[in-house]
Amino acid sequence: MSILVNKNTRVICQGITGSGGGAFHTKGCLDYGTQMVGGTSPGKGGTKDANGLPVFDTVEQAVRATGATATMIFVPPPFAADAICEAAAAGIKLIVAITEGIPVLDMVKAKAYLASFGDQVVLVGPNCPGVITPGECKIGIMPGYIHQPPTAGKKNVGIVSRSGTLTYEAVWQSTQMGWAQSTCVGIGGDPVKGLEFIDVIRMFQNDPATDAIIMIGEIGGTAEEQAADFIKKHVTKPVAGFIAGRTAPPGKRMGHAGAIISGGEGTAESKIAAMRSAGVIVADSPADMGKALVQAAQ
Amino acid sequence: MKIHEYQARDLLSRAGVNVPPASVVESAQAAKEAFTKNGFPVQVIKAQVFAGGRGKAGFVKLVKSADEAYQAADFMLKNRMISVQTGPEGIAVKKLLIAAAVDIAHEYYVGLVLDRAKSGVTVMASAEGGVEIETVAEKNPAAIIRHTMHPTIGLMPFEARNIALAIGLSGKQAAVTADILLKLSRFFVQYDCSIAEINPLVLTKTGEIMAIDAKLNFDDNAIFRHADLLAMKDDSETDPLEVRAAAANLNYIKLDGDIACLVNGAGLAMSTMDVIGLHGGKPANFLDVGGGVKKEGAIEAFRILLSDKKVRGILVNIFGGIARCDLIAEALIQAGKEVGFKVPVVVRLEGTNVDKAREMLAGARGELPTLQSATDLNDAARKIVAAAAA
Repeated sequence: MSILVNKNTRVICQGITGSGGGAFHTKGCLDYGTQMVGGTSPGKGGTKDANGLPVFDTVEQAVRATGATATMIFVPPPFAADAICEAAAAGIKLIVAITEGIPVLDMVKAKAYLASFGDQVVLVGPNCPGVITPGECKIGIMPGYIHQPPTAGKKNVGIVSRSGTLTYEAVWQSTQMGWAQSTCVGIGGDPVKGLEFIDVIRMFQNDPATDAIIMIGEIGGTAEEQAADFIKKHVTKPVAGFIAGRTAPPGKRMGHAGAIISGGEGTAESKIAAMRSAGVIVADSPADMGKALVQAAQ
Repeated sequence: MKIHEYQARDLLSRAGVNVPPASVVESAQAAKEAFTKNGFPVQVIKAQVFAGGRGKAGFVKLVKSADEAYQAADFMLKNRMISVQTGPEGIAVKKLLIAAAVDIAHEYYVGLVLDRAKSGVTVMASAEGGVEIETVAEKNPAAIIRHTMHPTIGLMPFEARNIALAIGLSGKQAAVTADILLKLSRFFVQYDCSIAEINPLVLTKTGEIMAIDAKLNFDDNAIFRHADLLAMKDDSETDPLEVRAAAANLNYIKLDGDIACLVNGAGLAMSTMDVIGLHGGKPANFLDVGGGVKKEGAIEAFRILLSDKKVRGILVNIFGGIARCDLIAEALIQAGKEVGFKVPVVVRLEGTNVDKAREMLAGARGELPTLQSATDLNDAARKIVAAAAA
């Protein structure tokens, strides 16, 4: 079960032949067992990529030929927002945008365009590591081997995070604590994005295969506070969390375009306080996310 | 990306926004001559620096004669400006703006900002100009009119008129202000701004509307499509190590502490700073080397960290997904050979090729005499804080 992706999901890669890493990561997904069925690269239609998959000029052609319902986008920043829109128009249901560095006003327009498709299209990212349902499907750049597929006797944690490598820490720690992961969703480090914490947490709350939730946030914006409010009102499953950036100085962009404290808003303290008041067990150290999960689930 | 006040003035003026006459000077003599040439009885001299707190530091001065202009300019160019934002060493001032001072009847605020919560761009306006908008937001939020623009149509003329009226303007002044709002909103979209503020937008005693000060910040992700903006970039107030790191495609921010860190991934990098703090240390920097880092990039990263004289220890924290632990280990050993680590180094590795990396490090005691390994992040932080303090 789990959310967003499973062993039946058919996936294409937009930007499969470019320098952005499309073919390399498509191979990583193939090796994991994902049904990668083709890719797009305008002008290279009719060829095969390094993995022997068919390459198409357009997403529409790719969808018609392969029946893909999901896409993994490695298109470079100047063209990536257009690639997101193209996927939606071609009938793709799940868009996972890996690309980092998309101009934010391009994303404002892309989101407005996607809104016209209502709940027919889901966007994850951009600037994200992707989505993985362990044992079934990986769409992204995360190391598959650290994830624990559902196993008899183990409970499953759903993880939602703005950070890639910090998610791997949480996966690693939860596995060491004897848990499996239902689905891990990297929502990415950009300020204007697809799924937010509140959206994924709602999915986890409604997912029979998810027993507990870990949310990993960072400075910038108010998404964690909004999620905390939702958790207080609607979430019955145990929630653990961590917020990165307690020692970050205000006004500086800490790597991620969205990781910036501005005008007093978006501090780690504000997010931690909101989450704790919603009953989330927030780890003080990034090394204690596994312990926080165990504590929340008691 | 930020630009200076004089550059923002220039861009907005060319976009049709009314600004007081001014010149940019780089010497006291030029300031004196500009005063005479400008021909206004009262003028204001402002240091062109990014750091805030100019007024309090004495680097914004009203002058009433060419000689006064000379003296004020001389002071500002010869002395380093010290404010809360510059730190005790202060910063050197190279350029001054000398502008006609206007007789102010009222100060307004107008601005546009990326609004993450709305996934759009929000126009803000207030009759309480001349102070930081965050202060108004805290003390009197009802005084701020907010309107989120349509994501593709942008600000419409009737919306601009509504806003101008809502902040208390009327007649011709409302029309001029509405026009400024429209021009500012079009500028924002055209140039990929992240913030575009006019504060204060002044109503003069003679009934004119003018932009006295402007702040324009641009989306770093969009600079690639604005060569003209890139040409305006001024790195002189940026720490030289940050400039060097940017040239090597390393995401590096210098901080105040003495424990350096090298990490892959921005969230993990912030967390590494945090865990150092949690164990009583102070991080010297933020550094995300990224997933695709190559050996040369990693070596340069170590060189940069070691160039910071304050550094008394280095924590290397890598969770290899795309990044490979063995590549980082190789870079560490190479840096040890080339540069020499006199300070303690604690390494914590997990993920891709970690076993190979651990083997390599175990065999490199010669190049890395101060190296300690750590199992998890708490262990790593404890070890480096203790070693740096020793």
